[in-house]
Formats: sequence, structure tokens, C-alpha cells
Amino acid sequence: MLTWYTNPDAGGQERIAGQCTEAADGAYRIEISVLPREASAQREQLARRLAARDASIDLMSLDPPFIPELAEPGFLADVPDDVAERVSEGVVEGALAGATWKDELVTIPFWANTQLLWYRTSVVEEAGLDPEQPFTWDQLIEVAAEQDKLLAVQGTKAESLTVWINALITSAGGDIIVDPEAEASEVELGLDTEEGREAARIIAEIGDRGLGGAGLPTADENASFALFQGDDGSFMVNWPFVWPAMLAAVEAGTLDQEVIDDIGWALYPQVTEGTDARPPYGGINLGVGAFSEHTDLAFEAAECIVDPVHQAEYFASDGNPPSSTEAYEDEAVQEAFPMADLIRASLEQAAPRPQTPYYNEVSAGLQETWHPPSAVDPQTTPARSAELITAVLRGERLL
Amino acid sequence: MSADVAPAQGSETVRAGAEQERRNRKARSDRTRAEARLGWYLAGPAFVVMLAVTAYPILQAVYESLFRFRLTAPGEREFVGFGNYAVVLSDGVFWSAMWVTTLIMIVTVLVELVLGFALALVMHRAVTQLRGLLRTAILVPYGIITVVSAFAWFYAFDISSGFINSWFDWVPGIDENLNWFAGQGTSLFVIMASEIWKTTPFISLLLLAGLAQVPGELEEAAKVDGATWWQVLRRVIIPNMKAAIMVAVLFRALDAFRIFDNVFVMTNGANGTEVLSLLAYRQAITRLEIGMGSAISVLLFLCVLGICFIAIKLFKVDLAGARGEK
Repeated sequence: MLTWYTNPDAGGQERIAGQCTEAADGAYRIEISVLPREASAQREQLARRLAARDASIDLMSLDPPFIPELAEPGFLADVPDDVAERVSEGVVEGALAGATWKDELVTIPFWANTQLLWYRTSVVEEAGLDPEQPFTWDQLIEVAAEQDKLLAVQGTKAESLTVWINALITSAGGDIIVDPEAEASEVELGLDTEEGREAARIIAEIGDRGLGGAGLPTADENASFALFQGDDGSFMVNWPFVWPAMLAAVEAGTLDQEVIDDIGWALYPQVTEGTDARPPYGGINLGVGAFSEHTDLAFEAAECIVDPVHQAEYFASDGNPPSSTEAYEDEAVQEAFPMADLIRASLEQAAPRPQTPYYNEVSAGLQETWHPPSAVDPQTTPARSAELITAVLRGERLL
Repeated sequence: MSADVAPAQGSETVRAGAEQERRNRKARSDRTRAEARLGWYLAGPAFVVMLAVTAYPILQAVYESLFRFRLTAPGEREFVGFGNYAVVLSDGVFWSAMWVTTLIMIVTVLVELVLGFALALVMHRAVTQLRGLLRTAILVPYGIITVVSAFAWFYAFDISSGFINSWFDWVPGIDENLNWFAGQGTSLFVIMASEIWKTTPFISLLLLAGLAQVPGELEEAAKVDGATWWQVLRRVIIPNMKAAIMVAVLFRALDAFRIFDNVFVMTNGANGTEVLSLLAYRQAITRLEIGMGSAISVLLFLCVLGICFIAIKLFKVDLAGARGEK
């Protein structure tokens, strides 16, 4: 019996567990144990259990930023070479990077998430923009201000704010952490740089000019999604789950069909015109617990779970994009997600959040200093955040 | 006993009486001792359980607080003495959390005391037929789990799903664009309002018990003497239930000082609403820095001890008196 700790979803992982149990023909049985809703709470539970050498953790669905923290102390079972070879074949670039720590594959890529730019066609048309050309953040700001509309971004003091900051800094060509594998006390940050200040300028401008609406300081993915569907909606950066959610809302009669007809999608906006954006990367990888009594079976099960057919089904049913390029060819996927090819393209240029065992400190330190968006000052905020994070990592400050 | 003895029987009898007295005293103290022993037998198991579930973790926290210890780096555990305390006490984050916690404690306890007293009076004076219904109605908020009530208040005030902004848009300062959880003042207002709503019943219950202890004759006598309602309240009722009031204040103050759920659910410490419990949680549970988190927990524990000490020594809260043992 294998226990798979999953993040909550629409039931897709449980279905796959059933399918793999059946395929195993008695070799193993996978049982699901659902983790808390918030990614940070999932990490807390898994880290604490693994630190206590919990043998009941065979398989776990892991959010990529937290992987190094679990890989470093040896909480994840080593991926056998042959398994590693098989599961890295035909996987999008971003997902592979997210599953790797210190040049070794430590988890198995399952599904890969990325944010797209969603826009209201009416707004773009009125502004006279060509949706075929990449958008820039400055364009978004300008159009929203001109037409008295709101931008749907995530400004709440939570992980989604880090996602935004990271996407802006990496799109500008920088990196939050320059040397991710360094010791805690020696980590060098790329915040107080030209790129960091440029990211702060964009956030500050949206916050200062009220372009994110009064709800910006508490807007998470769902709140900004609601804003985007409202009368003031113009542009939104968000994960692809919004698409099936909107279709379902129309079916349930809570959203007008004309809103959906008005919606378009494009690659994540650029920070510097002409330089490719680095969209956020998220998703879930499968880790095998180091203290599990059946790591061999767990890897077998993991290989079954990430089978491209399962990934394609999972995408169509739960809206979570596959990490396998092959799964995008699936007809059901193409039908359910007209933007599937764009998602794949976005994943190929996506940038992961800083990969470090101290990710939690880095992320919380950013949230502490870059919130609320209206208080961000491009001249001082990046430096202040770098100072705080460095001091916290040295054990000299609290968070 | 010796009063029964006739004087005519002389000194012999007196001596016998004294002997009897001594025996009596001895018997009494035997009985007292037996009672005390029985008391220990009865309370002993509970006492041991209490030691196991409170003293042990407290001691462990004190021990852990002397180390720099991160759960995901078990090999790098290092003894730092009072280093963690130095970091905590020299950090502005700790002091701002301390200030916010104290503010929440003082405001909520004061408001709850006034409201709770009013509710207790209502319950006390209600006609018998209404009493049960009234008490139930007043106690309902206290029966709700704090996390649930925190979410209820959060969604009521939330800018995208809440109804408060549209119901109260006639109040100056409230309109559809007011984001309650974006500023310190408004966030704290909702946090405290929810806390007060939730725990006023508790304080009123304690006060009701105190009210029941005020002898009815005293009130009647005061009324006969021509005292007004206000005078009766101030000169008769309140002095007679001082012990109950102080116990209620002490219990609530200790509770309020450890506030966690409301802040965790509503703001998670954003906009300067961080409180001490949440700060300890963030270090120990979120950052997995067991040493630093334990240090804050120990400091929080010391604060709670300090509040107890002040209440008992300075304000002379008499716990036994409130229980009716004297």
C-alpha cells in the first residue's frame, strides 16, 4: 500500500491513483491523503512529517519552490538513473528545471503551470493594440489608466506576490538569488539592481495610481479573477485554471457568455519591450519520501502517474497543464484548451522562482517589504528587502 | 465540650475535659489529613496529566530556545545560549507585535467587561420564563469555533464578497471601495470586533455567577434606605462581586493576550497586525526555526505569567473567593 499526499484538486489525482492501482495488478495500491489548500501549508506539513522520519509518506505532490528545502537534508529518495532518464524525456524546459536540484533530478515532473496574460478584446481593440504582438507592462498600465479600467494582478501578502515579483525581475533579465546553492549566510541577492528597481517601478506604479483597484492589497488569484470578469476588467495575469472556471460559470449561469466571447490570451507581458518575458512557472512534481518502506514501488507508481495519457486527461478534467510536450498533442486537450499551444510555449520560456533551501525566508522577506504595492518605492524597496532577507538568513532578524 | 462539665466535679473533670479536647483536635487533624490525602488521590492523576501536557512542553521549549536549530537542517543544531533571546528582544518586529497584542488585550477586555456586565444584568433580571431562552441566545457566539467565526467576519468585511460595505455605506468613511484588510486601523477594528463578539458571552457568564452571589438582602436594604438604581449598582452590587469581576478580567486578559485565530485567518499578520502568538508560529512552524520560535514562545509565556502576577498580587484577585470557597 502506497500513500500519496496530494494537493487538493478537482479529483483528478485520485482518479489517476485508481487507474495506476488497477494497472499495477496487485503489485501496489495507491491511497490518497489530501494536504491543506495553501501551498505554504502543504510544505509545513510535509517538512515537519519528513523531519520526524514519517514512513507513511511514499509519494507526495510537491510545489517546485519547496523542493530544494526537502532535497537538501535528504528527505527525498534518490531518483534511480533509469527512472530519471525515462521521466525527463519530452518534458518542457521549465518543468525539468523545477524538478532539479544541484544538477540532479530529485523529483518527477508531473504537471507544469504557467501564467498567461488574459485580456478583454474590447479593451485591446479600443486601445488600438495588436494582440499578435507581445504586450508590455507599460502598455497595460497606460491602457488601463486611459480607459479608466483596472488591472487584475495579485498584490496580497502571500506567495502570489512573490510569483509576480519574480516574474518581473526575471523578465527584466535579473535574478532574485544570484547563487542559489550558497550557504544561508552567504546567499547573494540580485534585488538591489537595475532589474529589481525596474520591477519595483512597475508594481509601485500600479499600486500608486490605483490601477489594481481598492482590493489590490488583498487580491489573490481568485480575487483578481473576479475583478477581471467584472465591468472594470481589462488585463489579468493568471494561471490557466481561469479558463475552465469561466466556462463552468457560464454553464451555471453566473457569468454572461459575452464576457467569455470578449476574452483573449497572450504570453506574459514583457518588462522591456523586445525582450522575451519570463512567465511564472508553477505546477506539481512527484517526490518519493526517503523514509518510505517501498521506494521502488513508489517510483514505479510515480512513473505510471506521470504517463502522458494521464497528464492529458488531468489537464482536460482539472485544468492543470501537462509537463510532457506529448500530452499537448492530445485531441481532448486541444479541444478543452484552445490556448494549449500558447501554454506550452509559455512553459518553454518560464522562469522558476529562486531555487534554494531557504526559499521560504526569501519569499516571506519579499512579501514583508513589497507589500502593500502602493508603498513600494523603486529607490528604496529593493535594497530594503535585500537587507532584511540577508539578515534573516544570518539569523539576525525575525520575519 | 468543657461547657457541659459541671463545676462541682472539680479539677479532675477539668483535666479529663482538656484531655478530651486534645483528642478531639487530634481526631480533627487526622480527618483533615485524610481529607487532604483523598484530595490528592482524586486530583493526583489529573495533576500528573497536567504536568505531562503542560510542564513537559514548557520545559522543552525553554531548552530548545537555547539552540539555533532548523528542522530541515538537523545536523547543524548549535548551542547559542541566550542568542535567540537577544535577536528577538532587539528586533522591532517583536516590539511592534507586543504593542499590537497589548492594545488588542486592553481594548477587547474593556469593551467585553462593559458589554458583558450589561448582558449579565439582563440575564440576571430576566423573568423566569425568558431566562433560558435569553441565556442560550447570549451564549451562541461563544459556542462557535473561533476559526469559523473569524472566517464569518472575514467574509462579511471582505471587499469582494462582503456585505458590510454596502449595508453601512451611509456611515461616513465606509463605501464600496473601503478595503478593511488593507490598513492597520481597519484590520485591527475587525479583528477586535470579532474577538469581542465571540467572547463577551464568556465574560458575562462569569459575571452572572458573581451577580448571583450578591446577597439579595443588601440590595433590598439599600433600596429601603432610598438608594437609586445607580447607587445600588455602584455601592452594593459591584463591591460585592469584585472577586468575580477580577477573575473575569484576568481570564479574559490572559486569553486575549494569546490571540491567534482571528489574526491568522483575517490578515495573517499583514499591515502591522502581527501579534506575539503569530510571530512565534511564523518562526517555529513556517520557518521551521525551532530555537527562535521557542524563544518567542517562552517570552510569551513570561508575559502571561507577568499578567497573572500583577493581577493576583497588585489587584489581589482572589481565585478561591470567586469559587465561593470562603
